Amino acid sequence: MKAALRRIWGLVYRHLCLYRRSWPRIVELAYWPTLELLIWGFTAQFVAHSQADIALKTGGSLIGGVLLWEVALRSQMGVTISFLEEIWSRNLGHIFVSPLRPRELVAALLCVSVMRTMIGLAPAALIAAFLYAFNIFSLGLPLLLLLLNLMLMGWWMSLGVIALLFRYGASAEALAWTLAFGITPLACVFYPVTVLPGWLQVIAKIIPAEHIFSAMREILYQNQINWTQFLYALGLNGLWMMMAIGIFSLQFRVARSTGALISIGE
Amino acid sequence: MSAVIVRNLSKRFGTVTAVDRIDFTVPNGATIGLLGGNGAGKTTTISMLLGILVPDQGAIEILGHDMARDRFAALARMNYSSPYVALPMRLTVAENLAVYGHLYNVPNLKTRIRDLAHEFDLESLLDRRAGALSAGQKTRVALAKALINRPDLLLLDEPTASLDPDTADYVRARLEAYRAESGAAILLASHNMSEVERLCSSVLMMKHGKIVDQGTPDALIARYGRDDLEQVFLTIARAATPV
Repeated sequence: MKAALRRIWGLVYRHLCLYRRSWPRIVELAYWPTLELLIWGFTAQFVAHSQADIALKTGGSLIGGVLLWEVALRSQMGVTISFLEEIWSRNLGHIFVSPLRPRELVAALLCVSVMRTMIGLAPAALIAAFLYAFNIFSLGLPLLLLLLNLMLMGWWMSLGVIALLFRYGASAEALAWTLAFGITPLACVFYPVTVLPGWLQVIAKIIPAEHIFSAMREILYQNQINWTQFLYALGLNGLWMMMAIGIFSLQFRVARSTGALISIGE
Repeated sequence: MSAVIVRNLSKRFGTVTAVDRIDFTVPNGATIGLLGGNGAGKTTTISMLLGILVPDQGAIEILGHDMARDRFAALARMNYSSPYVALPMRLTVAENLAVYGHLYNVPNLKTRIRDLAHEFDLESLLDRRAGALSAGQKTRVALAKALINRPDLLLLDEPTASLDPDTADYVRARLEAYRAESGAAILLASHNMSEVERLCSSVLMMKHGKIVDQGTPDALIARYGRDDLEQVFLTIARAATPV
């Protein structure tokens, strides 16, 4: 166990060193969440300008949606970009021939993802508080459940992307940037699921984000916690995570068999 | 006692047989050369020994561990260096060595890094980024990384490729010294025949995925009636049919 933790720390340390020395990487972490927040924050202020109670709450849910959806996006990108860093630096060959187990590799990438997400979102959360008077912590204790669920969602998406990188090599790199964004319309971040056509609602319902943001809106609009939505989100995240782990493990085995691990950067 | 035992090992990629039912052993404390032209199957063989490629057939036992069932126990006691696999360029030399020291669970890591830095003349480079080093300096860092866990088996893929003669000689001397003092086994894939003659007690000649001949460099030179190992290599590589 101690050796495993040390191996995980080894890879986390590798990424900490990378970020410590590269300010453009740090700026990039916070750039998109901050930009998104500024755009949607001013939109929310415009909507809230009518002073109607519903408009004020809609403004709040827009800002909350931006901040929280970024948790899922940044968690997913935190894992996949860290994995891509190993491909870009042609270091993966050394990693895969070290005693680092695949599960330890994933654990290290998840740790890096948490750090990246926190660093990336802290400025956006501060801007939301000072510029729009929206305190994300006003969501209270359920905020932890929202964050946990969104991080889980980001993580299973990232395992899926890495599985595709094992399968298709660096040519699947674009998915690291785009997959989670592609899900956004069905995540119901800014609107309730009922806005979608019936057949799309069915698909949206199997995505944990729909339940997470529905729960968030209930907290903001009605000041009540819908535990059922949280449980749905947690259950769906569990199912998706199991599927993602299965696909990741399968593709890792296939990559070891086909030689894709050797040529993954090409 | 053998550090590596390979039995009936094969690997196919589609219709191409990259490695075709090879058998060999690497005794403890020996340096064995793996020679062959491009596409002979050397890299595929090394990849299977490292566990990043699964054989279609056959068995690999490394340091008493079956690679099919217990590869991580073996990987902890071996290491690898190749100029074709880089170390993170933005990390300093010290950080790179620390990362791999953690991955290999090296005790007293700071002391080990200091000793390796002294041994490979890296003391003045420890705080330099790996990407800012010359080819020779990078090779010394890569070798320091390969020795960070005091491996019982060292796999080296062209360790002196692109090095000037002085640096290459220095690297060979360090490898000889490490083998002598540690009793480690070394499997060396190289296209540099004088290097193989100097370092290797035995040579495996590969062609079309098969081991077509093996023996000490002197025995091979005598068997083919040539002046040196390079001429033996050319004779085997240019033969129309397997030797």
